[in-house]
Amino acid sequence: MSEHVSPKSVYYSIFGALMVLTTATVLAAYVNLGSFNAPVALAIATFKATLVVLFFMHVKYSSRLTKLIVLTSLFFLLILVGETMMDYATRGLQGLLPQLH
Amino acid sequence: MSNAVAHADAHGQAVHHPKLQHHFETMQQQKEASTLGMWLFLLTEVLFFGGLFFAYLLYRMWYFEAFAEASRTISITPGLINTAVLIASSLTMALGVRAAQTSQRSATVRWLIATIFLGLVFLGIKVYEYADKFEHHHVPGANFISESPWAAQEQIFFSLYFTMTGLHALHMIVGVVMMSVITWMAHKGKFDSTYYTPVEMAGLYWHFVDLVWIYLFPLLYLVERHN
Repeated sequence: MSEHVSPKSVYYSIFGALMVLTTATVLAAYVNLGSFNAPVALAIATFKATLVVLFFMHVKYSSRLTKLIVLTSLFFLLILVGETMMDYATRGLQGLLPQLH
Repeated sequence: MSNAVAHADAHGQAVHHPKLQHHFETMQQQKEASTLGMWLFLLTEVLFFGGLFFAYLLYRMWYFEAFAEASRTISITPGLINTAVLIASSLTMALGVRAAQTSQRSATVRWLIATIFLGLVFLGIKVYEYADKFEHHHVPGANFISESPWAAQEQIFFSLYFTMTGLHALHMIVGVVMMSVITWMAHKGKFDSTYYTPVEMAGLYWHFVDLVWIYLFPLLYLVERHN
């Protein structure tokens, strides 16, 4: 088997980083960043998610096709969120479709 | 490497690994197919949870004050502990896969049992949190009581809270059951460095459930906690 075996130290380091980032998430929540609180929280969460996907789920050492499928899931998620939001964002224009709240 | 025993008896063809199914040419191709299949399933799961995350996004945008008020009533500590527990379970899971990759049977079993244990701890804390919600009348429907002018919108927040964490907990339960099966198989010596695919696939699912929680925690527990 020519499979990549990660050293245990890599896993422990990633775990440590995830713990630090979790602490950062909570601390950042107590700082008033105005409208940036949510983006910062999501940015930290996304960075944590990237570490999990690349190292714990081994995608860094996976085939290009696997990496493509991972990116494709993000692509379709963006379409889901983006396009659905377009519906709500364009409600009530020119009195054509009723506003919803 | 006792699993990599040649078996040519019933075939009259070249010897191959006993776990190689006949529609694949090599073990690597078979493993790649399994990996792609699991990732495609996880893609559908991203969209599954994604729909709920979108609903959260929309209602948070519309009723931010209500969401902030409702989120502040949730105690951070159990959520934070659960986040640490799940991340630790991803660590033990990754180490379990690694043990299977390096043909360490008893280490594999031990790491998998640790993963299951941490998953059960997570579920236990969730039970405690849900019970707490019932006591404080935060469950949408007949149980819900709130004096706030935002009561109706707070119910929307808690509906999303219970639906998203409930769906997540359901995935955890499925994960624990699946992991129990894999642990039993590992105990029976079914895996080694030439074949450990089920361990790795179960691991991918487990890490995905952790990923969902990594997003759920800040969005549900940490809305406008300053001031």
